[in-house]
Amino acid sequence: MPHKSESENIGFVEPKYYVMPEGEEFVLESGVKLPELKVCYETYGELNERKSNAVLICHALSGDAHAAGFHQGDKKPGWWDDMIGPGKAFDTDKYFVICSNVIGGCKGSSGPNSIDPSTGKPYGLSFPIVSIGDMMNAQKKLLDSLGIKKLLSVCGGSMGGMQALQWAVSYPEAVASCMPIATTYKHSAQQIAFGEVGRQAIMSDPAWNGGDYYEKDHPSAGLAVARMIGHITYMSNESMEKKFGRVLKKEKLGYEFSTEFEVEGYLRYRGDSFVKRFDANSYLYVTKAMDYFDLQEDRKLYHAFKGVKSRFLVIAFSSDWLYPPFQSKEIVKALKMNGIDVTYCEISSDYGHDAFLLEFVEETKLVSHFLERTRKKVEKHK
Amino acid sequence: MIAKTKEGLRLDHKVIGDMIEPGSMVLDVGCGNGDLLEYLVTSKDVKGSGVEINENAIYRCVEKGLSVSHGDIDSGLREYPDRLFDYVIFNQTMQQVQKPKEAIMEALRIGKKVIIGFPNFCYLKARLQIFFGGRVPVTPSLPYSWYDTPNLHFLSIKDFKKFCADGGLTIEKKKFLTEKRIVRLFPNVFALNAVFQIVRG
Repeated sequence: MPHKSESENIGFVEPKYYVMPEGEEFVLESGVKLPELKVCYETYGELNERKSNAVLICHALSGDAHAAGFHQGDKKPGWWDDMIGPGKAFDTDKYFVICSNVIGGCKGSSGPNSIDPSTGKPYGLSFPIVSIGDMMNAQKKLLDSLGIKKLLSVCGGSMGGMQALQWAVSYPEAVASCMPIATTYKHSAQQIAFGEVGRQAIMSDPAWNGGDYYEKDHPSAGLAVARMIGHITYMSNESMEKKFGRVLKKEKLGYEFSTEFEVEGYLRYRGDSFVKRFDANSYLYVTKAMDYFDLQEDRKLYHAFKGVKSRFLVIAFSSDWLYPPFQSKEIVKALKMNGIDVTYCEISSDYGHDAFLLEFVEETKLVSHFLERTRKKVEKHK
Repeated sequence: MIAKTKEGLRLDHKVIGDMIEPGSMVLDVGCGNGDLLEYLVTSKDVKGSGVEINENAIYRCVEKGLSVSHGDIDSGLREYPDRLFDYVIFNQTMQQVQKPKEAIMEALRIGKKVIIGFPNFCYLKARLQIFFGGRVPVTPSLPYSWYDTPNLHFLSIKDFKKFCADGGLTIEKKKFLTEKRIVRLFPNVFALNAVFQIVRG
């Protein structure tokens, strides 16, 4: 059982950087070449001699490479610290855990806020559109540089789950197991619709200025609204009822348009704190990448998983209406049709989509044993 | 319920294990905590997976290193391709399935052989309870009262044989059990549980 005690944390960690050596190329799915590639990453635990204990963690839309432990001076640990550390689900005494920031992001990897070598200024919208597959290929470059040929597992929630699925499909030989959590095999019309509303909120902020704002005021109002919409989709009706209900911030209704309800205050707070840590252009790029994600294409889904060799642990959450369990079940069905070894669990939770970050006790029960079993299988085959 | 053998093994699990060719592909439908599957994986070297509706039972299965899919039986079988498994097992679950005939036919599509273990409703004590007591029977293999039973269907050994004959299904193997031993004579009267192995045609 995981505990939040200090002793079980990894302690202080530092981000590292992979920079693509000169002479190498990085061609995106769109066909565009990225002149430079930088990937920010963190690692926890030790890579064993055979380099067979590596686990890649893929982050979600607003995540970053800082999945566990503390940065010097920070009070809060990485975004999945409940799951990663000694004795935790991703046990750093056994596994070498890697998490990298996606390209198109804004937390150290190449993205729209990186400097374009041809102008000496941030790319802005001249940064090419990237896909989930491109994010994976950037991770592949990083893993190649670390000498890791085969991952023991690739795991992620939400957009991280899309990357995990993409890995299993694109590099079947390089992935012993795959754990897509609270995710989908393709963005549905509804999911694209939420993406578009977020983008429109940003792009209709005059400060956005066609993406060229890095030396001026940032489109904070637009990005905050995008984040507010996002947060609504991450919660469930039950969790919002429990957390806020109709509770007021003041004694009584003021008959005015100030922030009156707790839920309004919460969303504004979330929006405001997000703009301090996230780049608006990145929000456009990363949501676009998710909208482009479609493993199925114009065929029956099980065709997408032909040739896949990983074993799977698929997890969904009962109250998640952004990435509902039926989408995970479709994945499970397609895997079964290919005779692939799959375990599926729908964890009952009121937390909505956010559950993948919060229900770590249940996730730990599944992930720790699944990983252990995978490790034994891999060792048996050596 | 069902007593254990000297080795601590449930008698019905041993009976099922004895029916299965080592090394086969097995699906346990309604696998519960995974005890039967674990036994088959460790002792019979099968490649096993399960279907189970209860979330906590899923955690127990995963703890045992088993592959299990969270879902109900009635829809869970449709997801597998034809003849993927050598054996599909329903042990003590058939009586809880919404549509047993559909489930058995689906199992015979995805599996070459189907093994079904179920409590015999026409066990002697049950007959006596109905006849003399005038009450719906409560027996070691059917331990529930009418108001809390998970069982939707009640059948006897004779009923199952008739079902197979009517459906053109062949019974390849059969074993009848009391709490502690195998029954050979008049099983429809003396057996608490029955285990059948059936195939199409």
